[in-house]
Amino acid sequence: MINIQNVHKSFGDLEVLKGINLEVKKGEVLSIIGGSGSGKSTLLYCINAIEKINAGKITVDDIDVHDKATNQDKLRQKLGMVFQQWNSFPHLTVLENVALAPRIVKKMSKDEAIEIGEKELTHVGLGDKFDVYPTKMSGGQQQRLAIARALAMRPDYMLFDEITSALDPELVGEVLDTLRVLREDGMTMICVTHEIAFAREVSDNIAFFHEGIIEEMGSPDQVISNPQKETTQKFLSKVLS
Amino acid sequence: MGSLFTPLSWNDSGLILAGIWNTIVISVVAIVIGTILGLIIGFIRSESNKTVNLILSSLLDILRSVPLIIQLILFSTFVGAWGYPLEPFVAGSIILSLYTMAFMSEVFRSAFESVHSSMLTASRSLGLSYWQTVFYIRLPIGIRTVFPSWLGVALSVIKDSALVSVIGYMELLRTSDQLISRTQQPLEILLGVGLFYFLISYPLSLYGKHVERKMAL
Repeated sequence: MINIQNVHKSFGDLEVLKGINLEVKKGEVLSIIGGSGSGKSTLLYCINAIEKINAGKITVDDIDVHDKATNQDKLRQKLGMVFQQWNSFPHLTVLENVALAPRIVKKMSKDEAIEIGEKELTHVGLGDKFDVYPTKMSGGQQQRLAIARALAMRPDYMLFDEITSALDPELVGEVLDTLRVLREDGMTMICVTHEIAFAREVSDNIAFFHEGIIEEMGSPDQVISNPQKETTQKFLSKVLS
Repeated sequence: MGSLFTPLSWNDSGLILAGIWNTIVISVVAIVIGTILGLIIGFIRSESNKTVNLILSSLLDILRSVPLIIQLILFSTFVGAWGYPLEPFVAGSIILSLYTMAFMSEVFRSAFESVHSSMLTASRSLGLSYWQTVFYIRLPIGIRTVFPSWLGVALSVIKDSALVSVIGYMELLRTSDQLISRTQQPLEILLGVGLFYFLISYPLSLYGKHVERKMAL
């Protein structure tokens, strides 16, 4: 379970998270929607300890993420993350991209790492690309590679930060399909996304972020079909029009 | 009429080969040490704040701006005068290595800085530690980006190594200098020496282009 209690985060004078409370149980899918600058990506970075927090507390399976005693490198093995920019490692083949972290972080044997790599790549539909260099692939394929790379660490949770935003429109579908597969697998996920229709389809809960607070949260039916707050209604009418 | 000079002969080939060997040895020493030190300093510079960078860059600027020949003479003269006379090879290796380091540190600084921070974040998010990210991601990607510059510095070090002759190291140029004063055949000898540097540098730069294409990201 990921538990977020009253989290505050500032960059200099700018407070981007103003007291966030959230809970994501094992097997749940939470989508976070909201305008740019609403703090939704920052929250993901805080969960993964890439960013520090100024106040509050985030626990992942009862481990305090920002406690000084926490081994954050080890914690991150529980939390797979995929970014807007896919960041394929250009000097490694597709299979090496996926096998790298299992090998050097989990100290697996080469054969084990390759086996996992092949399995995860096949899982995301890249079973025919093992020996290709990622720069030869489309953005959609590279983003699926990034998903496989994160899955190869066998994380308990997946964090997705607007992973379709930098893609050409015709490539969005294949990446969302991959997320649907993960959903079927029962993966616990937090998706920061602009794909409202997709969020409605796969999420157990949707949180609407506005200026650093959670303005509205609930089931997709509540938040997207019957938003109560005016800010939510405005946002949805803008992105759905 | 007997001449004071004896023409160039096959008997001189041993001397010439020794000169070639010495040129290669001091070049390799300077490139290896200069690369290792340059890598470390380049990394420190890419990770440091402005103050540290200002101090380091001023020191490196001295090494880069003062002509190598002056550094060589100053160093070997002063160290000798302080009571620590150094072998020409040792003095030459130290200065040539430091000179190489000064240029290599710039090469490696831009290598490290060429890797975008989002790439590093992606690596850390997989659970790689800071140093694992440096060795498995930042360094290999950065080196591919700057390989042509690295080769350029390395090739110029081979040519600059000729200057170590001024402090008495018997590399190729100094060897040929002695042969010239004995044989009075400067044209043949200097053409030969020039050809040697060309034969070393040109294949290396061709090989470098080949490697560059192979490593292209």
